[in-house]
Amino acid sequence: MSDDAHVDGNAAGGMLAEAFGADMTAVRGCCAGCGAVNPIASLITYTRAPGAVLRCPGCGIVMLVAVAMPGGVRVSVAALRWLEPVAG
Amino acid sequence: MAGTALRGRLTWLAGEVAALIDEAPGVRSLVLEVPGWPGHRPGQHVDVRLTAEDGYQAQRSYSIAAPADGERVILTVERLDDGEVSPYLVDELRPGDEIELRGPIGGWFVWEPALGGPLQLVAGGSGVVPLMAMLRARAAAGTAVPARLLLSSRSLEEIIYREELAALEGRADGLRVTYALTRTQPPGWTGYRRRVDREMLAEEVWPPGERPHCFVCGPTGLVEAAASAMVGLGHEPGRVKTERFGPMGGS
Repeated sequence: MSDDAHVDGNAAGGMLAEAFGADMTAVRGCCAGCGAVNPIASLITYTRAPGAVLRCPGCGIVMLVAVAMPGGVRVSVAALRWLEPVAG
Repeated sequence: MAGTALRGRLTWLAGEVAALIDEAPGVRSLVLEVPGWPGHRPGQHVDVRLTAEDGYQAQRSYSIAAPADGERVILTVERLDDGEVSPYLVDELRPGDEIELRGPIGGWFVWEPALGGPLQLVAGGSGVVPLMAMLRARAAAGTAVPARLLLSSRSLEEIIYREELAALEGRADGLRVTYALTRTQPPGWTGYRRRVDREMLAEEVWPPGERPHCFVCGPTGLVEAAASAMVGLGHEPGRVKTERFGPMGGS
């Protein structure tokens, strides 16, 4: 959180929609590292890699990694306890 | 069957440049006609993909600047001098050219008139783009939802949509626009002369008791400073929605 190089989960919305077939930015996820609950849109996201790395804004653990593969986007669920849509 | 399965899936579409609008130095709006465009909500963005002759592809996200209007999609793009995509979009693109895009993307950083208000918008530089889609949607709906925009820019000349924002404010329908000019100010400037800070937010943002819908967009540093200050002032974290553009200037 101390650098400005990151963006947020909004920027990974396209890749995640490609992988899941639906908008994921408005889905809340619970961090398996610290238990913080945040919308995917609010995850600290690095897109300089060939893909996107999404970290918990609470503890910094890598929660999701999305990589563009020749056959489509592969999402590694690294530290995610659960997902649920944001109500409303 | 296939059509049903594919509904809602993101697919790359070809958009033809119908017009180009210079908004500010290094900032241009691309008016695109996109056959098959499914429509969008204010605050959403698109992915734009450029393919070089050798097959190399570069992809970036750009905010949509105006509410849904059939197959028309307007993007406002700021040139980043070391960018791979924005210099082409801002300097090279000509009417009649085609670019690939997919969207709309994002269901979280969205405001529609039906959501009500008050509406609090805070932006730095080109972070105003998705917020402008919200303000244009608000005006098009003819609603008097109370709204405030606090926009930080380096100079008066670099404010994107300045004339249109003045016109929207001139409708006297409950919109207030405030500027913070961080680098240079014209003679007689009575507005803010510094970066967005906690004191400014305390003065300009709706009081937390009004429970405003807050949208903060711009360079990462500005967004994180402003959002955490707003939460510190008592706004509910869930009502302070943020979109970070990264390290670029503009604030």
